[in-house]
Amino acid sequence: MTNSGPLIPRNRGIHPVIHDPEMKTTMILGPMEPLLSMESTMTEETGPRFGHGIIGQLDNNLITNFTRGKSEAIGERIRVHGRVVDENNRAVPNTLVEIWQANAGGRYRHATDHYLAPLDLNFGGCGRTMTDQDGFYEFLTIKPGAYPWPNRDNEWRPMHIHFSIFGHSFGQRLITQMYFEGDPLIARCPIVGTIKDRAQANQLVAALDIKNSRPMDYLAYKFDIVLRGRRQTMFENRLEGL
Amino acid sequence: MAQSIVNLFETPSQTAGPYVQIGCTPNFAGINGVYPEDFGLRAIEDGAQGEIITIRGRVYDKFDEPMFDPMIESWQADAAGRFPGQPDADPKVNGFCRFPLDVKTAEYTLKTVKPGRTPSRSGGFHAPHIALWIVARGNNIGLNTRIYFEDEQEHNKVDPVLHRVKPVKRLDTLLARKVGEHEYHFDIRLRGEQETVFLDM
Ligand SMILES: [Fe+2]
Repeated sequence: MTNSGPLIPRNRGIHPVIHDPEMKTTMILGPMEPLLSMESTMTEETGPRFGHGIIGQLDNNLITNFTRGKSEAIGERIRVHGRVVDENNRAVPNTLVEIWQANAGGRYRHATDHYLAPLDLNFGGCGRTMTDQDGFYEFLTIKPGAYPWPNRDNEWRPMHIHFSIFGHSFGQRLITQMYFEGDPLIARCPIVGTIKDRAQANQLVAALDIKNSRPMDYLAYKFDIVLRGRRQTMFENRLEGL
Repeated sequence: MAQSIVNLFETPSQTAGPYVQIGCTPNFAGINGVYPEDFGLRAIEDGAQGEIITIRGRVYDKFDEPMFDPMIESWQADAAGRFPGQPDADPKVNGFCRFPLDVKTAEYTLKTVKPGRTPSRSGGFHAPHIALWIVARGNNIGLNTRIYFEDEQEHNKVDPVLHRVKPVKRLDTLLARKVGEHEYHFDIRLRGEQETVFLDM
């Protein structure tokens, strides 16, 4: 069976809504016009390739990558790991996974973040890695703090890590956020709430993974990711070169 | 009862938020030294075949204010219409580029090669185009669109995507304007009167 059909059309019903009055910025920045539906083409079925060569040794260790191993970030030490597969449950090997997050106090290292929690001299907040042959990835980091943001009165983000994933074709591109099992702020968060399908929202909550935690060192959280898949068929012409 | 079909659901998207630069272009955001350079800095390397062009533009919100914090990524074929990774593709064309917006002018600059037309499944061709993916605050899912070129009228006329844009006046939102020798201008409007046509494939 080939895997060269078009991308399976995106099921918009399992994604966040475009406009949600509870998340005010969507009301001024989310497009009004309907999207133009089309079958994917070679443009969306191809995508950048990655050599493992771009990844440095400390890139997936946010505890030490900002100081290049000289000293360690403050916070609860965690390992975040999981597997990237597609809708057909095929592993997505050798693809770039990038993350970014606030420090343990909920502050981002960014010129426009003025939250009163202090910066951590030893924490940058970015990490990247490549999935292995079977689609697995892992990061070592600290648990990010919750932080306030301007929306409704007294609005707080649950602890979260931002994820950016490529896949093998430009049409699979995805940015999302990972939350932590048991965080009471998840249920109150209007950004999580833009996903109207409860089961789908739960897909973003990483499970505490005690078995993969390391005694006297770190707790583990497991976060699996599903990217779009392609229609599997022998009937459709394989485009030359794909 | 029929057999059951096991399909996984795609992981839902979430907004990239205002700090996407930290994760995707940390050096640009002032987080230096973690990665030697940001990923996706150049769409082409020196020696790429074809017409080298520069495209500039901005991302506007509903009030026609330029935005500073979105991130744009592009993906395209080489001058002969071959995508990186395909046989005979130009090795100097990376195809992919990731560009933040200038902190003072809010302008992006994409220096690349003008792509050739690419084959479609039905046997025809797509007019030369560059695919864009835009993430921004206030958007819960990345937006797909394409840069076509106003000076490729012959190809544009038969392009299967452009063909379907209605009302026809919205077509303009997908066409880069030629503003000089090898220079084009292409703005993205997230919302409002001249809202860009966004694609769902
Ligand atoms: Fe965040």
